[in-house]
Amino acid sequence: MKILVPVKRAVDYNVKVRVKPDNSGVDLNNVKMAINPFCEIAIEEAIRLKEKGVATEVVVISIGDKACQEQIRTGLALGADRGIHIETDAGVVIDSLQVAKLLQKIVEAEKPDLVILGKQAIDSDNNQTGQMLAALTGMPQGTFASEVLVADGTVNVTREIDGGLQTVKLQLPAVVTTDLRLNEPRYASLPNIMKAKRKPIDVKPVADFGVDMTSKVTVIKVEAPAQRVGGVKVADVAELVHKLKNEAKVIS
Amino acid sequence: MSVLVYAEHDNESLKTETNKLVHAALGVSTDIVVLVAGSGCAAIAEAAAKISGVSKVLLADNTVYEHQLPENIAELVVEVAADYSHVFAAATTTGKNFMPRVAALLDVAQISDIIKVEAADTFVRPIYAGNAIATVQSSDSKIIVTVRAASFDAAENDGNASVEILDTVKTSEKSSYVSAELTVSERPELTAADVIISGGRGMQNGDNFALLNGIADKLGAAIGASRAAVDAGFVPNDMQVGQTGKIVAPQLYIAVGISGAIQHLAGMKDSKVIVAINKDEEAPIFSVADYGLVGDLFDVLPQLEAAL
Repeated sequence: MKILVPVKRAVDYNVKVRVKPDNSGVDLNNVKMAINPFCEIAIEEAIRLKEKGVATEVVVISIGDKACQEQIRTGLALGADRGIHIETDAGVVIDSLQVAKLLQKIVEAEKPDLVILGKQAIDSDNNQTGQMLAALTGMPQGTFASEVLVADGTVNVTREIDGGLQTVKLQLPAVVTTDLRLNEPRYASLPNIMKAKRKPIDVKPVADFGVDMTSKVTVIKVEAPAQRVGGVKVADVAELVHKLKNEAKVIS
Repeated sequence: MSVLVYAEHDNESLKTETNKLVHAALGVSTDIVVLVAGSGCAAIAEAAAKISGVSKVLLADNTVYEHQLPENIAELVVEVAADYSHVFAAATTTGKNFMPRVAALLDVAQISDIIKVEAADTFVRPIYAGNAIATVQSSDSKIIVTVRAASFDAAENDGNASVEILDTVKTSEKSSYVSAELTVSERPELTAADVIISGGRGMQNGDNFALLNGIADKLGAAIGASRAAVDAGFVPNDMQVGQTGKIVAPQLYIAVGISGAIQHLAGMKDSKVIVAINKDEEAPIFSVADYGLVGDLFDVLPQLEAAL
């Protein structure tokens, strides 16, 4: 069984981003970049399925400029077998639908049994790509997964939903998107990082795919959020309750 | 212009998110039609017909829609959407699940998680966990939007729209429902509660969350948690308030033993009044709290319960 894991290069989750003074976007100069955390969980899940003997090959793919090969290498160091890089010009922003269309072409060529993606990227916070890919390829989907069990040409996905958990059964090939509790990703060991340097990455120019890359969504401006001003410290519970009743009037 | 609003419900009751969606949709058009898809949900359609501003309710009542599986719901919504310029659904785990499929099948972008409608084609949405706020404009032929319901007021319930039955049946052989484990609680849901009390890593373990129960009972509050508390295994993930959990905006939010990581603040900073209880007076949570109480939560919580 082959698993395809699309990953995104994103701002490291520890970085507190700043809005550019001209409100054109977020300042990413000299900011630490990393593999999007939900994508890391996706790689880990694919590797575990390989270690269990369920999967035979794990292919990591990323779309972006040359820099995103770092994230593909990270995936290879964690245990993926090979990488695919769809190369764009530097600084090009592509939206989820275009990503899904490019991935659709890869799915048609690679014919994976399972595509595992992060549920959302922590930069654009869209939460769309997996579902869009599933729709375009006609695959069923199990989003926000906290457990993935593959058996007999199907996968049971337990999903984190509002109010609890839901389990669905999907026929393979299928798309799964990861939620936080699915697993805890490992760290790459030094020997594996060295080994990853010799694993192949197939670089394909985005122009070869014939996907229209013009976005229909324009960013008009990006602003810093309104700052909430801190209030007062209260001395004790009695003062707190008094203020909530008489000043804020939120309890009676 | 006309907006198709996808009703948020669980076949038992219509969720207030639907009223908030209608309110958001009024920023686009006064022609608003609600689609109710589910099983045995005629009463839900009746309830949706009472929302002010709704001109018509479409009811797709069939066992195939019982669990609102995205494969068939997306097909249904795509077919119905032919008559509308916009489709709005809540940014809940239901809306987030099927709406991108709808957008992809229509070959248009989706605008996720909007917090404001600027114009019929222009919306405001948080990015980078709420550390930046983007205003975006769509030039797509059909505009597909998920709405962060907590950011909108709820439309009233004094309408009287008609209900039209749809007999469209969309099925998919590729996916099926197996089971659900839903948290049983007498308390309000996090996203609908007027008061929320949340515990963080400072609670030390899952058992100590019981200390929040008495206060929650007295205030009619929902109980939430920070991601740190979920990651530590104290409580289940569906209690998580934050960027990757639930986004809430209650009248009163009480953060107990929560340091105030950006991740958490992104999920609750739009609350009307925030109270922080933490023994570390340097905790970042105090910089957003209207009322801060520095103290050991194990002393403060019993006192607070007694004082209410």
